[in-house]
Amino acid sequence: MSRLAGTDLVRLAGRGARGHPVRFLLSALGIGIGVAAMVAVAGITQSSKAELSNLLEALGTNVLKVYPTADLRGRPSMLPRTAAPMLGSIGPVTAVSGLTVLQSEAAYRSPYVPSGQTSSVLVTSVSTDLLATLRGQVADGHWFTATEQRYPAVVLGWAAARRLGVDAPGLRLWMHQQWWVVVGVLRPLPLAPELDSSVLVGGSAAQDYLGADGTLSAVYLRVPEDQLGPVERVVPPTASPEHPELVGVSRPSDALAAKLVADATLNRLLLGLAAIGLLVGGIGVSNTMIIAALERRPEIGLRRALGATRGQIAAQFLAESLVMATAGGVLGVLLGDLVTVVYAQVQGWPLSLPLWVSGAAVLLTVLVGAVAGLYPAVKACRVPPTEALSST
Amino acid sequence: MTTVLECRALTRTYPGDVQALVDVGLEVAAGEFVAILGRSGSGKSTLLNLLGTLDRPTSGSVLIDGVDVTTMSDRELSGVRAQKIGFVFQQFHLSPLVSVLDNVAEGLLYAGVRHAERRRRAAVVLERLGLGHRLSYRPHLLSGGERQRVAIARAVVGDPAVLLADEPTGNLDSVNSAAVVALLRELAVTGTAVVVITHDHEVAAAMGRQIELRDGRVVTNAAAGPR
Repeated sequence: MSRLAGTDLVRLAGRGARGHPVRFLLSALGIGIGVAAMVAVAGITQSSKAELSNLLEALGTNVLKVYPTADLRGRPSMLPRTAAPMLGSIGPVTAVSGLTVLQSEAAYRSPYVPSGQTSSVLVTSVSTDLLATLRGQVADGHWFTATEQRYPAVVLGWAAARRLGVDAPGLRLWMHQQWWVVVGVLRPLPLAPELDSSVLVGGSAAQDYLGADGTLSAVYLRVPEDQLGPVERVVPPTASPEHPELVGVSRPSDALAAKLVADATLNRLLLGLAAIGLLVGGIGVSNTMIIAALERRPEIGLRRALGATRGQIAAQFLAESLVMATAGGVLGVLLGDLVTVVYAQVQGWPLSLPLWVSGAAVLLTVLVGAVAGLYPAVKACRVPPTEALSST
Repeated sequence: MTTVLECRALTRTYPGDVQALVDVGLEVAAGEFVAILGRSGSGKSTLLNLLGTLDRPTSGSVLIDGVDVTTMSDRELSGVRAQKIGFVFQQFHLSPLVSVLDNVAEGLLYAGVRHAERRRRAAVVLERLGLGHRLSYRPHLLSGGERQRVAIARAVVGDPAVLLADEPTGNLDSVNSAAVVALLRELAVTGTAVVVITHDHEVAAAMGRQIELRDGRVVTNAAAGPR
């Protein structure tokens, strides 16, 4: 019985590719685009997860935000000025920082800007340890020194600096009928995004120059992870013994974790779309091979005359589909990895290219190639051997 | 001489009650050079398909090398074709994608011969047929006569007992066609049974025996010819 070695099969399949290189490339590209989309989605997901978990690790998930809620009539309330020191006296609390949004104040680039055009930038008075509690970072300039927090100096949140058009410390802002010096600009604060669009003022300066009364609109606590539950329970009566029902507690890192879950949902959708791309690519391969089986009837007849069995003809056509799909798969993996690398680079994310994604993608294309090639292979092997003679 | 190709009471009926071949019996011995003559529609190609095991008879039997192939499975027939039968076609059927050498080596692909050995034997055959200087050429660079010699080389590289040629000179001019006939004669002399289909009486006259078909029946089966 005549047999066909694996190397012969590969050689025959390769010849199929050379016979119609453009057709081969386009069909492989169809698969490749589907695979590239899948690999890129998976790679970008992994990289963004890595970035987010790095961020969570850096910021810590043990921060509590204490804030006043609206009273029964829906009027906003404030935390008493004693809230910060009282919360600080809870045993396990390791850091506490209060802040007050000064609703009546606004900062302008110059006295000539009409009042009211605030670009939605808030003025917030903060205690000087806030940056440490939130583990924030200064992008440019510096945080308040002990002196600066008593004088007209401001630090800008990341978004506030952009909205006010302040690109470097040293400029002045017009606020409450006098000039204030910008000493620093912060990086985004993922745990307190509301501060990104704020002009920050030292607590003492706020009382001396802006007449703040010292009541608080939020207090951030850092608590050992295992004490979060117990501390959370005693926070409301400690912060506001008179009105514990008007005190809310949240965990800002939860929002970041929720983002991780939300991303996963979106990514499943994208992955599904990419899979449809791969399916369409597989149909393309199938189509190409069906046309090949029709066009190459004389060749099939000749091979049958030379002694090829039906199985060998089917194997040859199946091998061609597999080569086509696998070539597309490898191309797609390279393309997808490239997209991931570029995207992670642009976003400043740590690169995460799990090997199993590439491996699974190539395996998947082999599967797609096998399924796509099945029908054309059966079609090809049913060509009668007399075809070599009858075609003229 | 031993009979290597034989058919008995061979009948082939196509759907629609078309009788392409009726009760044909003939024997071809090793080393014989036989022409099958007839107009188009006379059943020549049908007979060649049946003798080459490419098609199955409606009734009757075909024996190759003394073995009845009529009841064989498709798989077994493929083995017989790979081992015992060589085909030459009017259209050559050479692949433009590979060299002359690889085209000829393809003749051994399904006989279970390894790649390097296939190429070595192909080179030997091509050398013998006077195409040693064309090994690395692509077939489309060759003349028609050369291409048909390449196709013949592919047919005989496996050293078959039977060589079946379907109008091998149909696409060639008279000089090339004479050369091809001479080559086929040489192969017959070395012991291969060579059966050639042709409608050209001049070509047929150069062969050892002429079998003439008309309407699917053998009308002449005689050793004749000027040479």
